[in-house]
Amino acid sequence: MENAEITPNLTGGTLVKRGLAEMLRGGVIMDVVNAEQAKIAEDAGAVAVMALERVPADIRRDGGVARMTDPVLIEEIQKTVTIPVMAKVRIGHFAEAQILQELQVDYIDESEVLTPADEAHHIDKWKFSVPFVCGATNLGEALRRISEGAAMIRSKGEAGTGNVVEAVRHLRSIIGDIRKITQADSAEIYAWAKNIQAPIELVREVAEVGKLPVPLFCAGGLATPADASLVMQLGAEAVFVGSGIFKSSDPGKRARAIVEATTHFSDPATLLKVSRNLGPAMVGIEMDDIEIRLADRGW
Amino acid sequence: MKIGILALQGDFSNHMAILEKLSVETILVKTPEDLDVDGIIIPGGESTTISMLLESSGLYGPLEVLLKGGMAAFGTCAGMILLADSVVDGRSDQVSLGGIDIVVRRNGFGRQVASFETNLDVSGITGGTVRAVFIRAPVVEKVSAAVEVLASVNYSFSGLASRPVPVICRQGKVLVSSFHPELVGEDRLHKLFLERI
Repeated sequence: MENAEITPNLTGGTLVKRGLAEMLRGGVIMDVVNAEQAKIAEDAGAVAVMALERVPADIRRDGGVARMTDPVLIEEIQKTVTIPVMAKVRIGHFAEAQILQELQVDYIDESEVLTPADEAHHIDKWKFSVPFVCGATNLGEALRRISEGAAMIRSKGEAGTGNVVEAVRHLRSIIGDIRKITQADSAEIYAWAKNIQAPIELVREVAEVGKLPVPLFCAGGLATPADASLVMQLGAEAVFVGSGIFKSSDPGKRARAIVEATTHFSDPATLLKVSRNLGPAMVGIEMDDIEIRLADRGW
Repeated sequence: MKIGILALQGDFSNHMAILEKLSVETILVKTPEDLDVDGIIIPGGESTTISMLLESSGLYGPLEVLLKGGMAAFGTCAGMILLADSVVDGRSDQVSLGGIDIVVRRNGFGRQVASFETNLDVSGITGGTVRAVFIRAPVVEKVSAAVEVLASVNYSFSGLASRPVPVICRQGKVLVSSFHPELVGEDRLHKLFLERI
């Protein structure tokens, strides 16, 4: 039957923005710096790639101001792969976001990995038709980003370290507080909203449904299949792997292993199988040894 | 009756929530041992990723045999791609399970900025229109005579005059939609699927 009544097609609404994040669940989003890496990522089963000029480990090493990637590089990656292509903008830099929207990237990451452009304001993400993902270290931060229009939240972790400890801290903080809020009575909800500095409507929604209104992914310091399994078992709905893949000795094999581990995260037999013979992982950094904590960027 | 939901990647838990609301017994399918079911749902997600995981999990062969044997199936978006007999613009190494005689084009509507929602009248569904959410959705390019088209959208591709594009197709016990009823808690397509088991 043909659809007789012509209904206008709505683009850029909340359903399609959050909906794409729903489609990425159970998958691995990989940082890539060129078309060749993007191909390796897609071949390994990535659900999306994050196009950037330097992976976080190199940004950390090189220092200086980290900005949006050259559009030419993003275009090359868009031409190379069929999976969604994401790219990062500086916190508060809505002009970079306008450029990426014009380029038709599939998701924009307003990211603490780049140098913030605004010390007080994040981007008003409702104004865009391209969906945004933002990092968060705790529930209040996550809900503030959602109130600004973020359609996906990722734990920040500490990017470029190959150390999963911060991602675990942030994930546990967000999920632990969600668990507690579901037990709060109606009067306590107001205190929660005040204490975590989040809009009361969103706090109430979390209390009712027991989860964030958007998918919660995990990022920052993941380097092994076991890391992916760990955060999925803790309640992450998908994982971002940045430096962990292309700073390792055998990126294709490691990428594939992390994809398998994310799907079969609760099956130790599969985890054992895919963890064998991956070659050296990226060299990690202890938290006490780092000078700049990227996760402190944003508020 | 027990329904398997392919749970390699994607929004399988949204499908599970709908079947649980309909009091249908479900199992999340990740390995061939999970395939003792009366029907299978293939969810939305990335079809390239799901395709690879179908092979590495050993599910591809057994599932293809079951589908050829006439098992009921319902696929949404990526699920439609995996159940289509022919795929255009997919990766060359992408496996397809087949099951319904249609030709689909991956990401046929374009990138995420072109993702859209609309209301659909669906043949065989009463009680008002269905809110249909299309996310980087496949476009059905051809349907064989054996396939029923239950709904279409009028869509204008790059400035051309709008034309009807099939978005829900059925052949025997195999039902596919290029959009995601599971994202909005819509259960009437699931009921259509369950009716034929």
